[in-house]
Amino acid sequence: MALLNDIPWFLIAASVAKTLFLIFLVVLPLVSYTVYAERRVSALIQDRLGPNRTGFPISLFGFKKDLQLVLGGLGQPIADAVKFLLKEDFTPGHVNKVYFWMAPVLAMVPALSTLAVLPFGNYMFGQKMVVADVNVGILYVFAIASIGVYGIVLAGWSSNSKYPFLGGIRASSQMISYELSLGLSAVPVLMILGNLNLSDAIDYQVKNGWLLLPFTDGNLTLRELLLWVPVLISFIVFSISMFAETNRLPFDLPESETELVAGYHTEYSSMKFALFFLGEYAAMIAGSSVITVLFLGGWHIPFLPVNTLESSMTAPGAVLGLVHITAFFAKVAVLLGIFIWVRWTLPRFRFDQLMKLGWLYLFEIALVNIFITAAILALVR
Amino acid sequence: MAYTVRRPNLTFWEKLYLPNIIAGLAITLKHLRKMLAGETHVVMQYPEEKWDAHLPEYYRGAPTLVTDQHGREKCVSCQLCEFICPPRAIKIKPGHIPAENEFAKVEKAPEAFDIDMTRCIYCGLCEEVCPEQAIFLRKDYAITGESRAEMVHDKTKLYELGGTMPNLVHKWNPDK
Repeated sequence: MALLNDIPWFLIAASVAKTLFLIFLVVLPLVSYTVYAERRVSALIQDRLGPNRTGFPISLFGFKKDLQLVLGGLGQPIADAVKFLLKEDFTPGHVNKVYFWMAPVLAMVPALSTLAVLPFGNYMFGQKMVVADVNVGILYVFAIASIGVYGIVLAGWSSNSKYPFLGGIRASSQMISYELSLGLSAVPVLMILGNLNLSDAIDYQVKNGWLLLPFTDGNLTLRELLLWVPVLISFIVFSISMFAETNRLPFDLPESETELVAGYHTEYSSMKFALFFLGEYAAMIAGSSVITVLFLGGWHIPFLPVNTLESSMTAPGAVLGLVHITAFFAKVAVLLGIFIWVRWTLPRFRFDQLMKLGWLYLFEIALVNIFITAAILALVR
Repeated sequence: MAYTVRRPNLTFWEKLYLPNIIAGLAITLKHLRKMLAGETHVVMQYPEEKWDAHLPEYYRGAPTLVTDQHGREKCVSCQLCEFICPPRAIKIKPGHIPAENEFAKVEKAPEAFDIDMTRCIYCGLCEEVCPEQAIFLRKDYAITGESRAEMVHDKTKLYELGGTMPNLVHKWNPDK
């Protein structure tokens, strides 16, 4: 197997296969069903039912009846996609065409690109389940994720009308502000891990217990107990910043419907609008994946054996590899559920409150947290 | 006159937001749990569940024609309903009852009686104006069709929907 990995075309083929698996079999269905979950959960929280009856219209293909209530609306994402594809793609006359067309792509691509370095499983068929196992892992994620703001800002600017413009301005200041606390809150974690590679981050958590739950390896040392405090602070700050970075409520000021119609994507329609939508949810998935990798042990399940490069070629090893991949996406799904749950609970912040929270609290907390972690790491062996 | 609104003095925990956020999350979770457990009463799932059993006696559904207990069509094609109908949904073509018929003394019966359900507004004036108690608004409310022609209820359809309603006045009974 190691010999095969040295052949360039095999490496390329394996990477392409992993990318295709990740994007088309996992992320895009996950995105569309997150949208569906968002609608259903929001409805249930508000004592409604939500879209519960879109089935698959198999009567179009000559069957007697459509598959309906059995599926409980699971056909909704497909119906949404068909709707978006068939709607008129209208480009208003007053927009800057080049940037107007570029913006949706820039909103979607960075979110998907960040997934490249995230290890979504351990080993399968002698392959490490990460598209690019690069040593700058987390830096790459931050670098690419911050490009995502260009999509929103360009959409706001190029639309050439006031609401998108305000949305774009808000997005730029919000995302730049929270980038700081996002990066700084990850620093304590990276200090503990001593490494930027995300696969190694998970290996560390397999050996020493998840960072957020240090007892998952079966023992809890004094050092782990002390480090728990900064990790917890770091987790909270990181999560809040992640909400702001992905423009989710309570920080969805760039598209706040009540004030700005739809914010930066007011002028968009059809598939271009859908790309913003997909980009937002893909960013949520990427963010949840980063949280999973850094704090929740990635694909690891406590007290379950971990397969190796060699054992993954055998049947039990492959099953274990599949369990790891499932565990990873299960954790991501739980985090997405929390994203949705928070969205339908909290009201939107005012813009000055948002800036105050970012610059006066989260930034300082994240900064002080680095020193606390450093002190614990230096003093307690 | 300008006046100052006193801001409430928040405690440390209130300023921290987090306890209130958790309380809010608990509330939404409670609603979610109740919905999943089926404890919250939500709207009726219409095509599967219907409220038909609870419709009141005076419910104004689709207008229909009725026959009496002898199977005679009550309508004598006086056309009062046609004239009063506000949206002009009713079209009647009067006809004669042949002399050999048991009810020949009634003299007239509709040859054609069409109600255009795309026009009908379910006002019930036809029922009110009918001197023969021949037209009634029944409880059918889901009148659908795939074409305009299908939405026009002809005589057969109207009698099928209306059914029988015994006479209150016996002036046309055969033995009288």
